[in-house]
Amino acid sequence: MTPTPDLPADVQQVIGKLQYEEEGDFPVEQGYFWTSAASVENANPIFWDDAVADEITTGPIAPLSLLSAWFRPHHWAPGRAVEKLPLQIHFDLKARFELPEAIMTENVTTFHEPIRPGDMITSAQRLVSVSEEQTRRLGTGRFWVIDVEYRNQRGELCGVERWTGFGYRRIDPPKDTP
Amino acid sequence: MITLEQVKVGDALPALTYDVTSTTVVLGALATRDWRPMHHDYHFAVERQGVQDIFLNSPNQGAWLERFLTDWTGPKGRLGRLQFKMRKPIFPGDTMVIEGLVRDVSVDKTGCGWAELELTIRVSDVTCTESEAKVAIPTSPDDNPWQRHGERWNP
Repeated sequence: MTPTPDLPADVQQVIGKLQYEEEGDFPVEQGYFWTSAASVENANPIFWDDAVADEITTGPIAPLSLLSAWFRPHHWAPGRAVEKLPLQIHFDLKARFELPEAIMTENVTTFHEPIRPGDMITSAQRLVSVSEEQTRRLGTGRFWVIDVEYRNQRGELCGVERWTGFGYRRIDPPKDTP
Repeated sequence: MITLEQVKVGDALPALTYDVTSTTVVLGALATRDWRPMHHDYHFAVERQGVQDIFLNSPNQGAWLERFLTDWTGPKGRLGRLQFKMRKPIFPGDTMVIEGLVRDVSVDKTGCGWAELELTIRVSDVTCTESEAKVAIPTSPDDNPWQRHGERWNP
Protein backbone atom coordinates (compact mmCIF):
# COMPACT_ATOMS: atom_id res chain seq x y z
CA MET A 1 0.00 0.00 0.00
CA THR A 2 1.32 3.47 -0.90
CA PRO A 3 1.81 5.59 2.23
CA THR A 4 -0.32 8.75 2.45
CA PRO A 5 2.11 11.67 1.90
CA ASP A 6 1.09 13.90 4.82
CA LEU A 7 0.60 11.15 7.37
CA PRO A 8 2.51 11.61 10.67
CA ALA A 9 5.12 8.94 11.36
CA ASP A 10 3.39 7.71 14.53
CA VAL A 11 0.22 6.98 12.56
CA GLN A 12 2.11 5.47 9.62
CA GLN A 13 3.86 3.19 12.11
CA VAL A 14 0.70 1.47 13.35
CA ILE A 15 -0.79 0.80 9.92
CA GLY A 16 -1.09 -2.96 9.42
CA LYS A 17 -0.41 -3.81 13.08
CA LEU A 18 -2.89 -5.77 15.18
CA GLN A 19 -3.93 -3.65 18.20
CA TYR A 20 -6.37 -3.76 21.08
CA GLU A 21 -6.82 -7.51 21.22
CA GLU A 22 -9.41 -8.05 23.92
CA GLU A 23 -12.10 -10.39 25.12
CA GLY A 24 -15.73 -9.25 25.18
CA ASP A 25 -17.24 -8.07 28.46
CA PHE A 26 -19.62 -11.02 28.70
CA PRO A 27 -20.43 -14.44 27.23
CA VAL A 28 -22.70 -14.31 24.20
CA GLU A 29 -26.33 -14.17 25.33
CA GLN A 30 -29.27 -15.57 23.43
CA GLY A 31 -31.48 -12.72 24.66
CA TYR A 32 -29.64 -10.41 22.28
CA PHE A 33 -30.51 -12.74 19.37
CA TRP A 34 -34.19 -12.16 20.03
CA THR A 35 -33.80 -8.42 20.68
CA SER A 36 -31.90 -8.05 17.42
CA ALA A 37 -34.36 -10.14 15.40
CA ALA A 38 -37.25 -8.22 16.97
CA SER A 39 -35.65 -4.86 16.15
CA VAL A 40 -35.96 -5.63 12.44
CA GLU A 41 -39.01 -7.92 12.69
CA ASN A 42 -36.94 -10.85 11.43
CA ALA A 43 -39.06 -14.01 11.60
CA ASN A 44 -36.26 -16.36 10.48
CA PRO A 45 -37.10 -19.53 12.49
CA ILE A 46 -33.45 -20.32 13.24
CA PHE A 47 -33.68 -17.49 15.80
CA TRP A 48 -37.08 -18.39 17.23
CA ASP A 49 -37.61 -22.15 16.91
CA ASP A 50 -35.15 -24.47 18.68
CA ALA A 51 -36.15 -27.44 16.53
CA VAL A 52 -35.37 -25.54 13.33
CA ALA A 53 -32.12 -24.24 14.82
CA ASP A 54 -31.14 -27.78 15.81
CA GLU A 55 -31.86 -29.08 12.33
CA ILE A 56 -30.26 -26.30 10.29
CA THR A 57 -27.56 -24.70 12.41
CA THR A 58 -26.93 -27.43 15.02
CA GLY A 59 -28.46 -25.25 17.74
CA PRO A 60 -29.10 -21.54 18.24
CA ILE A 61 -26.84 -19.02 16.55
CA ALA A 62 -26.66 -15.24 16.69
CA PRO A 63 -27.94 -13.12 13.82
CA LEU A 64 -24.78 -12.63 11.77
CA SER A 65 -25.20 -8.86 11.72
CA LEU A 66 -24.75 -8.84 15.52
CA LEU A 67 -21.07 -9.62 15.07
CA SER A 68 -19.78 -6.28 16.35
CA ALA A 69 -22.16 -6.24 19.33
CA TRP A 70 -20.12 -8.82 21.23
CA PHE A 71 -17.17 -6.53 21.67
CA ARG A 72 -19.03 -3.30 22.34
CA PRO A 73 -18.29 -2.47 26.00
CA HIS A 74 -20.93 -1.77 28.61
CA HIS A 75 -21.77 1.92 28.74
CA TRP A 76 -20.73 1.92 32.39
CA ALA A 77 -18.97 -0.48 34.72
CA PRO A 78 -18.00 -0.17 38.40
CA GLY A 79 -14.61 1.37 38.93
CA ARG A 80 -14.20 2.52 35.36
CA ALA A 81 -13.22 6.19 35.40
CA VAL A 82 -12.97 6.66 31.66
CA GLU A 83 -15.56 5.48 29.16
CA LYS A 84 -14.32 2.41 27.33
CA LEU A 85 -14.86 2.92 23.64
CA PRO A 86 -15.58 0.39 20.92
CA LEU A 87 -13.41 0.57 17.81
CA GLN A 88 -10.69 2.34 19.77
CA ILE A 89 -8.53 3.03 16.72
CA HIS A 90 -11.36 5.16 15.33
CA PHE A 91 -11.33 7.32 18.47
CA ASP A 92 -7.52 7.37 18.56
CA LEU A 93 -7.54 8.87 15.07
CA LYS A 94 -10.21 11.43 15.94
CA ALA A 95 -8.04 12.57 18.86
CA ARG A 96 -4.76 12.38 16.95
CA PHE A 97 -6.04 14.58 14.11
CA GLU A 98 -8.23 16.75 16.37
CA LEU A 99 -11.40 15.90 14.44
CA PRO A 100 -14.36 16.28 16.81
CA GLU A 101 -16.96 14.59 14.63
CA ALA A 102 -16.94 11.28 12.80
CA ILE A 103 -19.27 9.01 10.92
CA MET A 104 -18.94 5.53 9.51
CA THR A 105 -19.45 5.54 5.76
CA GLU A 106 -18.83 1.95 4.69
CA ASN A 107 -18.77 -1.50 6.21
CA VAL A 108 -17.76 -4.81 4.66
CA THR A 109 -18.20 -7.89 6.80
CA THR A 110 -17.14 -11.41 5.99
CA PHE A 111 -18.89 -14.05 8.08
CA HIS A 112 -17.25 -17.32 9.11
CA GLU A 113 -18.08 -19.57 12.10
CA PRO A 114 -21.49 -18.70 13.56
CA ILE A 115 -21.54 -17.29 17.09
CA ARG A 116 -23.44 -19.30 19.68
CA PRO A 117 -24.77 -18.73 23.21
CA GLY A 118 -21.96 -18.90 25.76
CA ASP A 119 -19.20 -18.11 23.28
CA MET A 120 -16.52 -15.68 24.47
CA ILE A 121 -15.56 -13.51 21.55
CA THR A 122 -12.16 -11.90 21.24
CA SER A 123 -11.66 -8.96 18.92
CA ALA A 124 -8.55 -7.31 17.55
CA GLN A 125 -8.27 -4.17 15.46
CA ARG A 126 -5.97 -3.25 12.62
CA LEU A 127 -5.59 0.19 11.00
CA VAL A 128 -5.51 -0.38 7.24
CA SER A 129 -5.20 3.16 5.85
CA VAL A 130 -5.70 6.88 6.49
CA SER A 131 -6.42 9.36 3.68
CA GLU A 132 -5.05 12.82 3.10
CA GLU A 133 -7.13 15.66 4.49
CA GLN A 134 -10.08 16.50 2.27
CA THR A 135 -13.28 18.52 2.34
CA ARG A 136 -16.68 16.89 1.94
CA ARG A 137 -20.26 18.01 2.50
CA LEU A 138 -20.02 17.40 6.26
CA GLY A 139 -16.71 19.14 6.78
CA THR A 140 -12.95 18.83 6.43
CA GLY A 141 -11.19 15.72 7.64
CA ARG A 142 -9.83 12.31 6.78
CA PHE A 143 -11.16 8.90 5.85
CA TRP A 144 -9.72 5.85 7.55
CA VAL A 145 -10.15 2.10 7.15
CA ILE A 146 -10.06 -0.25 10.14
CA ASP A 147 -10.35 -4.06 10.20
CA VAL A 148 -11.75 -5.86 13.21
CA GLU A 149 -11.26 -9.61 13.52
CA TYR A 150 -13.49 -11.68 15.77
CA ARG A 151 -12.59 -15.13 17.10
CA ASN A 152 -14.37 -17.48 19.47
CA GLN A 153 -12.87 -19.18 22.53
CA ARG A 154 -11.51 -21.97 20.30
CA GLY A 155 -9.64 -19.43 18.17
CA GLU A 156 -11.95 -19.98 15.21
CA LEU A 157 -12.47 -16.95 13.00
CA CYS A 158 -16.08 -15.79 13.31
CA GLY A 159 -15.86 -12.76 11.07
CA VAL A 160 -13.91 -9.79 9.84
CA GLU A 161 -15.39 -6.31 9.67
CA ARG A 162 -13.81 -3.61 7.58
CA TRP A 163 -15.00 -0.14 8.57
CA THR A 164 -14.46 3.09 6.66
CA GLY A 165 -14.86 6.17 8.84
CA PHE A 166 -14.69 9.89 8.13
CA GLY A 167 -13.45 12.10 10.95
CA TYR A 168 -14.12 15.78 10.37
CA ARG A 169 -14.44 19.34 11.59
CA ARG A 170 -17.71 20.96 10.63
CA ILE A 171 -17.33 23.87 8.27
CA ASP A 172 -20.08 25.94 9.97
CA PRO A 173 -19.96 25.72 13.77
CA PRO A 174 -23.32 24.96 15.40
CA LYS A 175 -25.24 28.11 16.35
CA ASP A 176 -25.50 27.23 20.06
CA THR A 177 -21.87 26.33 20.50
CA PRO A 178 -19.99 28.95 22.58
CA MET B 1 -36.98 -22.00 0.89
CA ILE B 2 -35.19 -21.60 -2.44
CA THR B 3 -32.47 -23.64 -4.10
CA LEU B 4 -29.78 -22.28 -6.38
CA GLU B 5 -31.41 -23.55 -9.58
CA GLN B 6 -34.36 -21.24 -8.89
CA VAL B 7 -32.10 -18.16 -8.85
CA LYS B 8 -31.26 -16.30 -12.05
CA VAL B 9 -29.14 -13.27 -12.81
CA GLY B 10 -31.43 -10.25 -13.02
CA ASP B 11 -34.00 -11.63 -10.55
CA ALA B 12 -35.49 -8.91 -8.37
CA LEU B 13 -36.12 -9.75 -4.72
CA PRO B 14 -39.47 -8.84 -3.18
CA ALA B 15 -39.15 -5.28 -1.87
CA LEU B 16 -39.42 -4.63 1.86
CA THR B 17 -41.12 -1.38 2.87
CA TYR B 18 -40.97 -0.13 6.45
CA ASP B 19 -42.01 3.07 8.21
CA VAL B 20 -39.11 4.11 10.43
CA THR B 21 -39.94 5.61 13.81
CA SER B 22 -37.84 6.87 16.70
CA THR B 23 -38.46 3.48 18.31
CA THR B 24 -37.02 1.74 15.24
CA VAL B 25 -33.84 3.79 15.56
CA VAL B 26 -33.45 3.46 19.34
CA LEU B 27 -34.36 -0.23 19.44
CA GLY B 28 -31.89 -0.94 16.63
CA ALA B 29 -29.11 0.93 18.40
CA LEU B 30 -29.72 -0.78 21.74
CA ALA B 31 -30.08 -4.22 20.13
CA THR B 32 -26.59 -3.78 18.71
CA ARG B 33 -25.17 -2.30 21.94
CA ASP B 34 -24.50 1.01 20.24
CA TRP B 35 -24.76 3.69 22.89
CA ARG B 36 -23.60 6.61 20.75
CA PRO B 37 -25.91 9.59 21.25
CA MET B 38 -26.71 10.30 17.61
CA HIS B 39 -28.83 7.15 17.66
CA HIS B 40 -30.97 8.16 20.64
CA ASP B 41 -30.42 11.86 21.46
CA TYR B 42 -32.24 14.26 19.14
CA HIS B 43 -30.40 17.36 20.38
CA PHE B 44 -26.99 15.75 19.97
CA ALA B 45 -27.86 14.61 16.45
CA VAL B 46 -29.12 18.05 15.41
CA GLU B 47 -26.79 20.36 17.28
CA ARG B 48 -23.54 18.39 17.22
CA GLN B 49 -23.85 16.26 14.13
CA GLY B 50 -25.76 18.75 12.00
CA VAL B 51 -28.40 16.28 10.84
CA GLN B 52 -32.19 16.58 11.10
CA ASP B 53 -32.83 13.85 13.68
CA ILE B 54 -31.46 10.65 15.22
CA PHE B 55 -30.74 8.06 12.53
CA LEU B 56 -30.39 4.30 12.00
CA ASN B 57 -26.97 2.99 13.05
CA SER B 58 -24.72 0.88 10.86
CA PRO B 59 -25.08 -2.55 12.52
CA ASN B 60 -28.85 -2.19 12.57
CA GLN B 61 -28.87 -1.41 8.87
CA GLY B 62 -26.89 -4.65 8.54
CA ALA B 63 -29.64 -6.41 10.48
CA TRP B 64 -32.30 -5.02 8.13
CA LEU B 65 -30.31 -6.23 5.12
CA GLU B 66 -29.75 -9.65 6.73
CA ARG B 67 -33.48 -9.97 7.33
CA PHE B 68 -34.27 -8.85 3.77
CA LEU B 69 -31.97 -11.53 2.35
CA THR B 70 -33.16 -14.41 4.49
CA ASP B 71 -36.81 -13.46 3.91
CA TRP B 72 -35.94 -14.39 0.33
CA THR B 73 -33.63 -17.39 0.78
CA GLY B 74 -35.32 -19.02 3.74
CA PRO B 75 -33.43 -20.18 6.83
CA LYS B 76 -30.86 -22.27 4.96
CA GLY B 77 -29.57 -19.14 3.22
CA ARG B 78 -26.26 -18.24 4.83
CA LEU B 79 -24.81 -14.79 4.48
CA GLY B 80 -21.14 -14.89 3.52
CA ARG B 81 -20.33 -11.27 2.90
CA LEU B 82 -22.17 -8.00 3.32
CA GLN B 83 -20.91 -4.61 2.21
CA PHE B 84 -22.76 -1.37 2.54
CA LYS B 85 -22.18 2.33 2.07
CA MET B 86 -24.36 4.83 3.83
CA ARG B 87 -24.94 7.76 1.50
CA LYS B 88 -27.62 9.52 3.55
CA PRO B 89 -28.93 8.90 7.04
CA ILE B 90 -32.33 7.25 7.54
CA PHE B 91 -34.48 9.18 10.01
CA PRO B 92 -37.71 8.67 11.97
CA GLY B 93 -40.60 9.52 9.65
CA ASP B 94 -38.86 8.04 6.61
CA THR B 95 -40.45 5.16 4.75
CA MET B 96 -37.51 3.02 3.76
CA VAL B 97 -37.68 0.58 0.90
CA ILE B 98 -35.15 -2.24 0.64
CA GLU B 99 -34.68 -3.69 -2.82
CA GLY B 100 -32.33 -6.25 -4.32
CA LEU B 101 -31.20 -7.61 -7.65
CA VAL B 102 -29.25 -10.82 -8.35
CA ARG B 103 -25.99 -9.93 -10.10
CA ASP B 104 -24.29 -13.33 -10.24
CA VAL B 105 -24.98 -16.98 -9.52
CA SER B 106 -22.15 -19.47 -9.11
CA VAL B 107 -20.93 -22.68 -7.52
CA ASP B 108 -17.44 -22.55 -6.01
CA LYS B 109 -14.80 -25.29 -6.16
CA THR B 110 -16.09 -26.85 -2.93
CA GLY B 111 -19.61 -27.14 -4.36
CA CYS B 112 -21.08 -24.24 -2.39
CA GLY B 113 -23.78 -22.34 -4.26
CA TRP B 114 -23.63 -18.54 -4.18
CA ALA B 115 -25.78 -15.63 -5.24
CA GLU B 116 -24.26 -12.16 -5.40
CA LEU B 117 -26.69 -9.32 -5.06
CA GLU B 118 -26.91 -5.58 -5.32
CA LEU B 119 -29.11 -4.09 -2.60
CA THR B 120 -30.36 -0.60 -1.88
CA ILE B 121 -32.20 1.12 0.92
CA ARG B 122 -34.03 4.14 -0.43
CA VAL B 123 -36.35 6.76 0.96
CA SER B 124 -38.64 8.12 -1.78
CA ASP B 125 -36.30 8.47 -4.77
CA VAL B 126 -33.16 8.96 -2.71
CA THR B 127 -30.77 6.05 -2.27
CA CYS B 128 -29.64 6.18 1.35
CA THR B 129 -27.62 2.97 1.46
CA GLU B 130 -25.95 0.97 -1.30
CA SER B 131 -25.05 -2.62 -0.54
CA GLU B 132 -23.62 -5.76 -2.04
CA ALA B 133 -24.13 -9.18 -0.57
CA LYS B 134 -22.89 -12.70 -1.18
CA VAL B 135 -25.23 -15.38 0.10
CA ALA B 136 -24.82 -19.15 0.10
CA ILE B 137 -27.94 -20.90 -1.16
CA PRO B 138 -28.56 -24.67 -1.06
CA THR B 139 -27.77 -26.34 -4.37
CA SER B 140 -30.45 -28.97 -3.67
CA PRO B 141 -33.18 -29.54 -1.04
CA ASP B 142 -30.72 -31.72 0.92
CA ASP B 143 -27.85 -29.23 0.84
CA ASN B 144 -27.25 -27.01 3.87
CA PRO B 145 -24.63 -24.24 3.64
CA TRP B 146 -24.59 -23.97 7.45
CA GLN B 147 -22.82 -27.33 7.58
CA ARG B 148 -19.79 -25.85 5.86
CA HIS B 149 -16.72 -24.97 7.92
CA GLY B 150 -13.03 -24.22 7.39
CA GLU B 151 -11.84 -24.89 3.85
CA ARG B 152 -15.37 -25.70 2.70
CA TRP B 153 -16.57 -22.17 3.52
CA ASN B 154 -15.10 -19.43 1.33
CA PRO B 155 -17.18 -16.27 1.58
